[in-house]
Amino acid sequence: MNDYILEMNNITKEFPGVKALSDVSFKVEKGEIHCLIGENGAGKSTLMKVLSGVYPYGTYKGDIVFEGEVQQFNEINDSVRAGIGIIYQELALFPDLTVYENIFAGNEIKKGPFVDWNETVVQATRMLKKVKLNVTPETLIKDLGVGKQQLVEIAKALSKDVKLLILDEPTAALNENDSENLLDLLKELKSQGISCIMISHKLKEVISIADKATVLRDGKTICTLDAQKGEITESIIIKNMVGREIEDIYPKRPDKKIGETVLKLTDWSAYDTQLGRKVAKNINLEVKKGEIVGIAGLMGSGRTELALSIFGNPKNYKLAGELEVHGEKKNFKHTSDAIKAGIAYVTEDRKGDGLFLIQDIKINVSAAHMKGISKKGILNLNEEVKVGTEYKKSLNIKASSLEQVVGKLSGGNQQKVSLGKWLFTGPRILILDEPTRGIDVGAKFEIYTIMNELIKEGLSIIMISSELGEIMGMSDRIYVMAEGAVKGELAIEETTQETIMELATQ
Amino acid sequence: MNLFTEAKSIVKLNIRDYGMYIALIVIMLTFTIMTDGLFISSRNISNLLDSAGYIAVLAVGMTLVIVIRHIDLSVGFVAGFLGAVAAIFMTQLGFSIWITIPVILLFGILIGCFNGFLIAQLGIPAFVATLAGMLIFRGALLNVTEDTGTIIINNDQFNAIGNGFIPSLMLVNGLHLLSLLVGVAAIILYIYSEISTRKNKMTYGFDVMSSGIFLIKLLLVSLVIAYITWILAGYNGFSWTMVIMLLVVVIYHFLTTKTVLGRNIYAVGSNPEAAHLSGINVKKITYIVFGSMGMLAALSGLLFTSRLQSATTTAGTLFELDAIAAAYVGGVSSAGGVGRVTGAVIGAVVMACLSSGMNLLGTGISYQYMIRGGVLAAAVIFDVMTRRQRA
Repeated sequence: MNDYILEMNNITKEFPGVKALSDVSFKVEKGEIHCLIGENGAGKSTLMKVLSGVYPYGTYKGDIVFEGEVQQFNEINDSVRAGIGIIYQELALFPDLTVYENIFAGNEIKKGPFVDWNETVVQATRMLKKVKLNVTPETLIKDLGVGKQQLVEIAKALSKDVKLLILDEPTAALNENDSENLLDLLKELKSQGISCIMISHKLKEVISIADKATVLRDGKTICTLDAQKGEITESIIIKNMVGREIEDIYPKRPDKKIGETVLKLTDWSAYDTQLGRKVAKNINLEVKKGEIVGIAGLMGSGRTELALSIFGNPKNYKLAGELEVHGEKKNFKHTSDAIKAGIAYVTEDRKGDGLFLIQDIKINVSAAHMKGISKKGILNLNEEVKVGTEYKKSLNIKASSLEQVVGKLSGGNQQKVSLGKWLFTGPRILILDEPTRGIDVGAKFEIYTIMNELIKEGLSIIMISSELGEIMGMSDRIYVMAEGAVKGELAIEETTQETIMELATQ
Repeated sequence: MNLFTEAKSIVKLNIRDYGMYIALIVIMLTFTIMTDGLFISSRNISNLLDSAGYIAVLAVGMTLVIVIRHIDLSVGFVAGFLGAVAAIFMTQLGFSIWITIPVILLFGILIGCFNGFLIAQLGIPAFVATLAGMLIFRGALLNVTEDTGTIIINNDQFNAIGNGFIPSLMLVNGLHLLSLLVGVAAIILYIYSEISTRKNKMTYGFDVMSSGIFLIKLLLVSLVIAYITWILAGYNGFSWTMVIMLLVVVIYHFLTTKTVLGRNIYAVGSNPEAAHLSGINVKKITYIVFGSMGMLAALSGLLFTSRLQSATTTAGTLFELDAIAAAYVGGVSSAGGVGRVTGAVIGAVVMACLSSGMNLLGTGISYQYMIRGGVLAAAVIFDVMTRRQRA
């Protein structure tokens, strides 16, 4: 019975300062569909990167045994050659090339030194039949929907004689029909002896398809569940996903004074014209004065998109519904309008779109509110230094001087600069997107303390976070989002990790 | 900390900013020695600065364009075309220069804003949009000069812009008095502004450099201004081109370092997404920067046309590349967000020094191009190395 196609034994992978995987063991039998489950940051993607050779042999500890042989993959091509095919969430296809060119890209069928296009088309047609995709091989990728593109990816993997197929959240961007087709195809491939690892957040899918399911949490294997033993049920999976102990690092806020509604969304929707789908669907949401509202959900559930659609809509979504700020209907044309209305948005990706990394601390702090350091368009550079010094002190930003370039600061200090920049705009409503991602525990505590002080001053905070502990430790009320919609609103008293996870994995 | 170690640490911290000045001084000294002092003669320096004028004003605008991560290839022929239009205004339509100059500058702004529209509004890559502009204005220049060929301008007022000097009032020991006065005024203004900045900083309780170093800095810069003034006053004094160039630098330096607009430009260049999320209107900034570039291209066209006292069919050829080279020698970074307008002018002067010095030495034109290319590459390598050190 112990006929494993893949055994990953005692895998440990460390990044500077973080242990992403510790002693993980993971086994896949021949011809089974094995789901890999876990919260964001649990280590699923890292584990798959170790397997596929993205992190080459030697940068991790432990063994990979594939088809009975210990493997040392130095690059992705090695794992491909061994028969492992991986399909990422973001598809790696060339949109302007045809289906057949894509299927054999990097693996061209040759006749002498030349590509044999006729044979390529014949083979491509065969592969398309295998994945039950009914299009001509000459179709351009960009003319296909996401669901069909995914099938092309699978066809591409099959063309390389794949024995183990890895899919990273394959149905995240698909509608129900396409999802079902895909799952049916996986079952079909299974019957042909192809094993499959699927990372998924949708528990219903997992339950319907998985033979086995392994739960990861904080870089460790928690358990492997077996469908035949009736272990793959929603309650068992969720119990194992969230079993983490919540450390008590959340400062107490004894006197809550919750006031009138300051922000209200009614049937709020946002349509992304580039993606061609709704990123926020009919959202009703309310934020009161002096309140921390947590927005929970998994990555890609539309939380950041919702925040951006409120904050002046920089991505030019098509908006519908109503936004009220302090009882007034608003229609922001630009982020500057939202700032004027007293909203601030501390982005999730501080390096990407939050900070000016090549500029120094004081320039970053004043960047969103230059009126505060200027008169009639002329800067008062000394005032800027004064403001910078104040925030450096009050937020405890650790840097040698105000002239220090922000790119050289640690994550926690960068986050404080980012926070300082937005506090200087004098906001009434502060949206924090993953406020403590990638920063150490000490800085986290400092940021929580600052949040509590702001609340005491009568601000309102919307906190988007993937960390359940943070959501439950800091929020007064919680909205859970999945697939662009609010799946539930929870009062903090009735919230458990399980209830959040149930709503988030719908 | 004694004076020497303080000076050393200041130079070390600001090596990127001072590097260009050091390079300029080294180049000038080298040529002076190689030409037995001919290079540093009043007449040569005066000619050299005049010949740098029309590239320097382009380089100032180009620096800002590169700071916001774009490029403008159209400026050369825009300058050429608008120069020709100016010539037509004055010779065929009989407009005075008081009408011609503002109208031409306005045309420049409109052309620049059109580039801004293509780039900011329609999202066309700046390289392509302005390449199209380059072809269009090359054609336009040929078109307006087709019937007449070279247009000779007989307007003395206009020709003085590129060839004339400010009045001398009287000669003192063979030196032009007004130019001397301008130099003295510049020194006084410089010292006053430095002292008031220092005082202001002290009232805020900030660190300032020690008074010894401060005095040395004042003395050094004053000496340099005095020396340049003395050299120029010995020939014909300050030319109108130099005055215009200086005005452009002073205004743009103020705009970029002391105003909200300037700060917004650098913010957009450093990180456009973050700038947008900080409430900065990225499109508006793009329009303004390209509009200013267009205006400076028009100014460059006026300077060049006036210098030749005529509009030719090939005016403006390769100006854009000279301006881009000057901007890069002056320390602008193509990654965006870094670069000073003062640097751009120094860059233009460095390139002019190279041409002038090598001409005096009789270096063949083929070697001149190679050496100028080498200097450009060296400047960018220096920039990359010092940045890596800092990051």
